Amino acid sequence: MEFAQQLLNALSLGAIYALIALGFTMVYGVLRFINFAHSDVFMIGAVVGSLLGNHLPMGTWWGGLACLLAAMAVCALLGVVIERVAYRPLRDAPRLNVLITSIGVSLLIEYLFQNEHVFGAAPRPFPPVFPSVLWQWQGLSISSNQLIVIGVALVLVVALELIVYRTRIGTAMRAISLNPRAAQLVGINPDVVVAFTFALGSALAGAGGVLYALNYQSVEPLMGVMPGLKAFVAAVLGGIGSIPGAALGGLLIGGIETFIGGSQFSTYKDAIAFALLILILLFRPTGLLGRRIPEKV
Amino acid sequence: MTPRRFGPPWPHLLLGGALLAAFLLTRWVTDPYANDVLTTIGINVILAVSLNLVNGYTGQFSLGHAGFMSVGAYLSAAITLLLGPSILGEDGGTPWAQNALFFGGLLVGGLSAAAAGLLVGIPSLRLRGDYLAIVTLGFGEIIRVIFQNIEPLGGALGLNGIPNYTTVGWTFAIAALTVFVVGCLINSTYGRGFIATHDDEIAAEAMGLNTTRYKVVAFVVGAFFAGLAGGLYGHFKMSITAASFDFTRSIEIVVMVILGGMGNTLGVILAAILLTLLPEVLCPIAEFRMILYALLLIVLMLLRPQGLFNFRRSHR
Repeated sequence: MEFAQQLLNALSLGAIYALIALGFTMVYGVLRFINFAHSDVFMIGAVVGSLLGNHLPMGTWWGGLACLLAAMAVCALLGVVIERVAYRPLRDAPRLNVLITSIGVSLLIEYLFQNEHVFGAAPRPFPPVFPSVLWQWQGLSISSNQLIVIGVALVLVVALELIVYRTRIGTAMRAISLNPRAAQLVGINPDVVVAFTFALGSALAGAGGVLYALNYQSVEPLMGVMPGLKAFVAAVLGGIGSIPGAALGGLLIGGIETFIGGSQFSTYKDAIAFALLILILLFRPTGLLGRRIPEKV
Repeated sequence: MTPRRFGPPWPHLLLGGALLAAFLLTRWVTDPYANDVLTTIGINVILAVSLNLVNGYTGQFSLGHAGFMSVGAYLSAAITLLLGPSILGEDGGTPWAQNALFFGGLLVGGLSAAAAGLLVGIPSLRLRGDYLAIVTLGFGEIIRVIFQNIEPLGGALGLNGIPNYTTVGWTFAIAALTVFVVGCLINSTYGRGFIATHDDEIAAEAMGLNTTRYKVVAFVVGAFFAGLAGGLYGHFKMSITAASFDFTRSIEIVVMVILGGMGNTLGVILAAILLTLLPEVLCPIAEFRMILYALLLIVLMLLRPQGLFNFRRSHR
């Protein structure tokens, strides 16, 4: 039973990592750079959720969903703005410059929010926006929050898969990812597609932020850093650029962290995630479900 | 890249000048505040110039320089703090003995950091660009977590009561040595390999250069000097915690390198001095320092990616 309980905890944590990892993977797939600011979009999702949640009646389904959708909408917009202001002017610059810019954007958001006039560095409680029930079933305690996290993540991953593989804009995204120049030749507008990719990925991060804050019941400006890094590890683990890979990687990282957290090595759990990343990159740089992309000179 | 002149022996002149300055500073700087600021400048110059060898000249973007610094800081402090009393004896030893111990500690710290650099350099055999950035970031975090868990080194509380051996003179002398070594390395025939690796790794490989070796050497040398800087820092602040060598510290050093212009030692030195003095001058807005750093990164990348102090023709 102990094991089943841990498995459930791992599944709900892994689902959140998977949501963030999807954003990393999509941006990497289309633009080939790591968007460091993604983890701060995640944090802003949680902040939006908590600000709205404080003005809604607690513990109702429609209130919770409103928080979730508002966070997703704000984050989608924010993702588009960040891309327009900071990344689009650098579309043809070396990838390293874009990486450095994204570190700059990330630090800017973090330290702006830590400023007392904006949000303040101290953690604030996250309101219990969803109904909170605890079921006991054969010695297993299941909270409604855990089920909400897993359910929402599942719905979003399926929706994303449908968008990418069943819609015109999804086809355009895959085309840009495969060959940006050829995609432009057949009439795909890269600006629209890239903006859409950022909107989609950031919306997922926003949803992840609300769900994470719901689980840990607190919000603070640096809350995105560690989950963001671990989600990145998850994206690399699953094979960056691959949607099922990100989902799988998220679940694996969530599982590893939960089980190590429950063992005697719990103080090392952050280090182990990174050690795992280094090992994967050494032995299977394309990840579990990734394809090898030949480098052209 | 535009051809560089091998011309006048700038590294040698710089070394001589800086050593003279170091000697003079030790003699005539008695004001404690000036002493503190100058020491901080010296440490930052060592960090920025050593990171510039990796990030600027070799083009291997590293985000874990503070990790190497922490290795140097912890191990050198461990030597003077834990072994010091038994070596120096009851009376605390003569200044000569103290300095000898300090240098032993610095050397051990630097060499351990170099060993850590070798460890990071090995994965870089197969990685490039942003993947390498993430791996170095990860290494920095792993080192931090490990130090936080070693109880003999203070655990999360860190080491306290480290003897105050760092002087402005020693700091500047080591800064001069760093500039000299990096300068000589880059301006030698061997050092052209770093720049070739930076400019086009695949082409350099095709020309028969062992780019892997250049990358590893850059990491090891860069880490060695970061370790020395860490040792100086520990014996200057007299207390260290693992948390003071986190990602933010690494970013501060990266900003110095980018502001100065990657692969431009003089620019990087100027940037290190500027970014040390700026918070001192702008004391009232200290809380906005990191916001300013972040904006600097973004604006520089958008408007002047070659760095503020790089006046050579852009080679891209």
